[in-house]
Amino acid sequence: MNRHISEQYGAALENLRLRLLAMGGLVERQLQKAVRAFTTHDSALAEEVRAGDDEVNRFEVEIDDECIAIIALRQPAAADLRLLVCIMKAGTDLERVGDEADRIAKAAIAAAALPQPANQHAEIAHLSELVAVMLRRALDAFARLDVDAAYDVIAADAEADDAYDAVVRNAGEATAREPELWLNTLWTARALERIGDHAKNLCEHVVYMVKGTDVRHPGSMEAG
Amino acid sequence: MDATCIEVDDVSVFYGERQALSGISMRIPRRQVTAFIGPSGCGKSTLLRCFNRMTDLTDDARVTGRILLNGHDIHDPETDVASLRRQVGMVFQKPNPFPKSIYENVAYGLRLQGGLSKTELDDRVERALTSVGLWGEVLDRLQASALELSGGQQQRLVIARALAVQPDVLLLDEPASALDPISTARIEELIEALKSDYTIVIVTPNMQQAARVSDCTAFLNLGKLVEFDATQTVFTNPAGKQTEDYITGRYG
Repeated sequence: MNRHISEQYGAALENLRLRLLAMGGLVERQLQKAVRAFTTHDSALAEEVRAGDDEVNRFEVEIDDECIAIIALRQPAAADLRLLVCIMKAGTDLERVGDEADRIAKAAIAAAALPQPANQHAEIAHLSELVAVMLRRALDAFARLDVDAAYDVIAADAEADDAYDAVVRNAGEATAREPELWLNTLWTARALERIGDHAKNLCEHVVYMVKGTDVRHPGSMEAG
Repeated sequence: MDATCIEVDDVSVFYGERQALSGISMRIPRRQVTAFIGPSGCGKSTLLRCFNRMTDLTDDARVTGRILLNGHDIHDPETDVASLRRQVGMVFQKPNPFPKSIYENVAYGLRLQGGLSKTELDDRVERALTSVGLWGEVLDRLQASALELSGGQQQRLVIARALAVQPDVLLLDEPASALDPISTARIEELIEALKSDYTIVIVTPNMQQAARVSDCTAFLNLGKLVEFDATQTVFTNPAGKQTEDYITGRYG
């Protein structure tokens, strides 16, 4: 794409794009640490995640403020408008990913205080690997305006949903035996599954940004 | 009635040796607002001027191709240019009221047509001034000079003058460029109100104005029609890179 005639405008949009990617990087680290805190029973690391959520929230507010200022001052159109809409929505999704990481950290603190049975984290590790990859690829798709990669992530969400279902199924019996212990695992699995959904949403925003087409809710728009 | 009001078929315009428009084809939809946007010198005003044969008034201008208004060729030898210009009214950037009273400005075209009684004339003047939202502002000074009105009022008066003769089409050539934001907003409101009765074509250098007032937008560049689509599409997801560069303020 060609440069803007107004250099400040071009620089402001580029700065916003980089801010969102920086927020994405922070959220990825929050997720990684929260999962590690849960699987290694490290409540100190979990506390670190909990404290870090404020920074995620600040990112969201600052990005929104900057988007609103550009909308008011520049009246963006076409690709610029779609970029701003994508950034605002993606900011919301990333902030929610941050909230889910915070939930996992909370569950990690609660779980660390309980006696640990063997082999309870294999499924969580699998699920968290799936959604961490989804999130990373979603951010890459945003950075590279890569619609194909975005569609891959959207498709991958079904796999994450299956992995979540497996946790729930296998938890059934164990929950009856050691309810407190398994509840934390279920909270964590639920949070990871939601993070997969947010990664998918992010990719839907990327498709809109690049192509101008809305790929959310296929099917339900015709019915209305 | 046909959904197309003006059909433009392979129209080119030359000023002497210089070609101002080349091979324009488009259908201007009836009772909608169509905006022409594009950089200075792209030919948008020239195209607008073709629709009521204002181009005839420029000595070395030559128009090729066909323009059909309601299915009739406006260049047909049978076409009466005066009646064409009544049917296709035009308003310019700078308000150009006649140096006459407010009343006479609106009544002028009707008097030329003739055949109206004083009461009928009064009635038509009132209706035209009402439709542009000016009646309440001028009813106690209809005999005052039109030149005493503010710029925004003069522009609405000129639109009332065009509407008094009951045209089909209203051509607006940068109608708000010389007006302050409040008067501009009034003109834009008026355009919205008038489109239920008239086909409106507006040339504007202000893209946001085009986005606000129009249903369809045509982007012209270097004498060619680059893109013509629903305004919302053009401003959110234009098909062409040239259009994208222009409306987002990039170097093309």
